[in-house]
Amino acid sequence: MTAETRYNLRELLACNGARILEDKKSVFVGTGLPMVASMLAQKTLAPNLFIVFEAGSMGPYMRELPISVGDSRTWYKGVAASSMHDVMSLSQAGYVDYGFLGAAQMDMHGNINTTMIGDDWYNPKVRLPGSGGANDVASFSDRTIYIIANQSKRAFVNKVDFVTSPGYLDGPGGRERAGLAKGSGPYRVITQLGVYGFDEQTKRLKLISLHPGVTLDEVKDNSSFEIIIPDQVGTSYVPTDEDLRILRQEIDPSGMVLGK
Amino acid sequence: MEVLQEGKGELVGWHDPDEAREWALKNKSRELKDKTMSVKEAVSKFVHDGDFMAVGGFGHIRVSMAILYEIIRQKKRNLILAGKTAVHDVDILVASRCVNKAEVAYCFGHELRGLSPASRRIVQSGECKVIAETSNAGYQWRWLAAMMGLPFIPSRNLLGTDTGRYSSCKVVKDPFSGKPINLIPAGYPDVAFIHVHRCDIYGNAQIDGSLIEDFELSRCARRLIITTEEIVNDDVIRREPWKTNIPFFLADAVVEVPYGSHPCEMPGVYWFDEENIAEWLRLSRTPEGVEEFLQKYVFGVDNFEDYLEVCGGVKKLNYLKRREFYHEPMKAVSYK
Repeated sequence: MTAETRYNLRELLACNGARILEDKKSVFVGTGLPMVASMLAQKTLAPNLFIVFEAGSMGPYMRELPISVGDSRTWYKGVAASSMHDVMSLSQAGYVDYGFLGAAQMDMHGNINTTMIGDDWYNPKVRLPGSGGANDVASFSDRTIYIIANQSKRAFVNKVDFVTSPGYLDGPGGRERAGLAKGSGPYRVITQLGVYGFDEQTKRLKLISLHPGVTLDEVKDNSSFEIIIPDQVGTSYVPTDEDLRILRQEIDPSGMVLGK
Repeated sequence: MEVLQEGKGELVGWHDPDEAREWALKNKSRELKDKTMSVKEAVSKFVHDGDFMAVGGFGHIRVSMAILYEIIRQKKRNLILAGKTAVHDVDILVASRCVNKAEVAYCFGHELRGLSPASRRIVQSGECKVIAETSNAGYQWRWLAAMMGLPFIPSRNLLGTDTGRYSSCKVVKDPFSGKPINLIPAGYPDVAFIHVHRCDIYGNAQIDGSLIEDFELSRCARRLIITTEEIVNDDVIRREPWKTNIPFFLADAVVEVPYGSHPCEMPGVYWFDEENIAEWLRLSRTPEGVEEFLQKYVFGVDNFEDYLEVCGGVKKLNYLKRREFYHEPMKAVSYK
């Protein structure tokens, strides 16, 4: 099999997400790919990854992929099934190292829109679900990771139609000026093309690695804003056969998130 | 305190703390009395057109579906919905024209299962209005401020974002740290519905699994309808009082509805009925489909027992129980 057919895009995203998470740290996990990636991290490099879910679950080792961050799968072999107030308060108080979410529209400072498309909040062209817990995760986590599966000029925009969840807002110092926790903010963005971080000085999106077979031109052509391209660009992590076995046989055998 | 920003969202469900205290002193009985009644009676007695209402649970988990179907059946109108982690509940109520305003943390989607065709159609047409934005913690802490008898609670979310700018919160300069801090207004739903695992006839209730927002929600709602998988003897409660999540004086009605969360999950009892949720998502793509679904599952049945029969009866319910305990494999379901 060639590299292109050995795994699908969602598997590649999950594996790269899992590699960012660290052992003996905590992660506040959203639905879908972030859940798959966090479960994979626990089963590979981060066996002591402490997972929390917004509905109240803490420290589980899931036997089956949850459908929702509130269902009973989320506290399998967990240490607590508590409450949203508890989890959110602990996050606000500094107990969450990583936030991990999916997103659709982002600007160069990592501000996220999941609320509406259009320029008038009172009459949106398209109404989306809103913040859910995303604003909280993006406000309270020390470092927030996003998976944006479809990077395009419409996904990476100069200005999001609505800032649902905070990135670095208007740039360096923006979060602190607004009253958000000092030093917190978006940390990594994983798309179908590569893995990104944020430049220390400008707090702008910066390329870290390209997925196998992806070119720099593709990265540039699929963004409305200028992405910082450093001199050294790495190659993203390539899923191993063992990663794929765990993903397909242990985590998502029905293909609910990863597809078939 | 210097006000730095005032949210443009409409403030609903807020009361002056003295008014809230007086209301509770006058209207919430401390008497240990039998509050059992039927779904029909609970809805006609405690749900009024125009109420600000909140549903317990989370997304498709531990939802008082029997009450929601009855609200549709009784054609309640102009409800203002707390769109906290509102999924199936808001979708079906908006589609049934019961709700015309929503304060939104999460609405108009079914999480992993996709967006809500019906409620998005209605909200984009302007028939149902989003009156304010917030986040899940934002809602959670509206309840917290109210249950504490406070006018607001400070928080460090929503800051710097449009979610905050279109919320009903205010940002002020914190007199202690000197930094901007968000103030979340107290929220008192006129009525809330919480589905629990077991409860006595007085309203002392136990929930297994995550409480989600229901500790706070049960304590801030003016009227609380508890639906329960089973009614247990008072001794069961008093033998292990540390398991009580909701004490009786908060409850206004106790309704026994086995499988009352269907098609949503009841943790530790039964799993989601994915076929039923998928049928809703498919049919609700058109207004005619919404009518067809409501006719089949709401207007075409007299009570929740009959509804469960239409959903597949004992065979289906036994499957959902086995599925909850991992005795059946997960099946991929198409929601399209």
